[in-house]
Amino acid sequence: MTPEQIRSEIEAAIPGCSVEVAPNGAVPGQASLAVDRLHALEAAWFLRRHPGLLLDFCSNVAGVDWLDREISEKVKVRKLVDGVEQEAEETRKSKIPGRLEAVYHLFSIEKKQGPVILRVRTENRSDRVEIPSLTPVWRSAEFQEREIFDLYGIVFTGHPDLRRLLMWEGFTDHPMRKDYVPPPEDDGPQDPRGAVGKEAAAG
Amino acid sequence: MEQDLKAELQKHGVFTTTFEELYNWGRKNSVWPLTFGLACCAIEMIATTMARYDLARFGAEVFRASPRQADLIIVSGTVTKKMAPQVVRLYNQMPEPKYVIAMGACAISGGPFRDGYNVLKGIDRYIPVDVHIPGCPPRPEALIDAFMALQRKIAGQQLTGGARARHLKPETPSEYPVPEHGEHGLEPTLNAEVWNPLRVIQ
Repeated sequence: MTPEQIRSEIEAAIPGCSVEVAPNGAVPGQASLAVDRLHALEAAWFLRRHPGLLLDFCSNVAGVDWLDREISEKVKVRKLVDGVEQEAEETRKSKIPGRLEAVYHLFSIEKKQGPVILRVRTENRSDRVEIPSLTPVWRSAEFQEREIFDLYGIVFTGHPDLRRLLMWEGFTDHPMRKDYVPPPEDDGPQDPRGAVGKEAAAG
Repeated sequence: MEQDLKAELQKHGVFTTTFEELYNWGRKNSVWPLTFGLACCAIEMIATTMARYDLARFGAEVFRASPRQADLIIVSGTVTKKMAPQVVRLYNQMPEPKYVIAMGACAISGGPFRDGYNVLKGIDRYIPVDVHIPGCPPRPEALIDAFMALQRKIAGQQLTGGARARHLKPETPSEYPVPEHGEHGLEPTLNAEVWNPLRVIQ
């Protein structure tokens, strides 16, 4: 099944669910399915139980941090210049707000096929960062979702045990976010910030 | 006693020694390391103890599973910020005299992972290190070389006088403050009493 076929099947089976096929410009060209977060859990159960797909294995869950982006496109426009219609090029800028994303790589052991790539996106990357946990569907997602919660700060609602995995409890940052700045530490003689570095720079 | 006289006496079958020499000779030949590995360097450390490299030749075959029975902690691998307090605590739990080998680039400085968000930039920020071994990871020969360097250090330690060994000075601590896990990193980021980085020579 192509991603477009899967998309139409999900949308037909789950009323109100919107699925977007996200193209992949890289060489394998594996398009992924971006499912809206309100229906993500239902869509996951659908993919798992669909007799033609039987996606019974979640091999990997990855986090992605998208900053606010500005895309400029060149568009050809017909314009009236001094009473004469001319073709002109215009650059249009559109803003894509930043968001966090969890990417699920799904395979079917039963059917020996895959992957189907599922993306679930948060509303923004500051305060509305909840998406439903897919651990009830694929148990193997449990620790990976914990790792994403730890390093990216996505809150998986419905996760059985959502705690930090790699960093300690009490740590407040999310180190894999693109705007993460590590705390200042004295790095020794090479570091001009530290006491030793200043001493070395002074001779 | 002068070395020449000692050698001369030995030729005539008279063996002389000092209590210090005898004591250090015994200590240096039974250094028991702690069973403690952190990363890939630990694999090299294990290989060093096995038959091919055989660290037992130097009296260090008994890896103790408790810090209470160990004389040496080999910090073998990347020390994460999450692990660092436990490493310091293990050191604190060891009885004196105790020694530290920082094995590999990571234990010395953080190595290739130095800029990682969870990597300590060298264990010598919190505990005093006796021997540093460069390498990534160091080969078993390098660990044996470091071990022999430690043996020479132990053999040369004085038991009395102003230059006596660290553990015999009442003012030097045998326990060091354990860093705390803060909101953004370890607090404090280093112990200035211990950390002695190399100065830049211009």
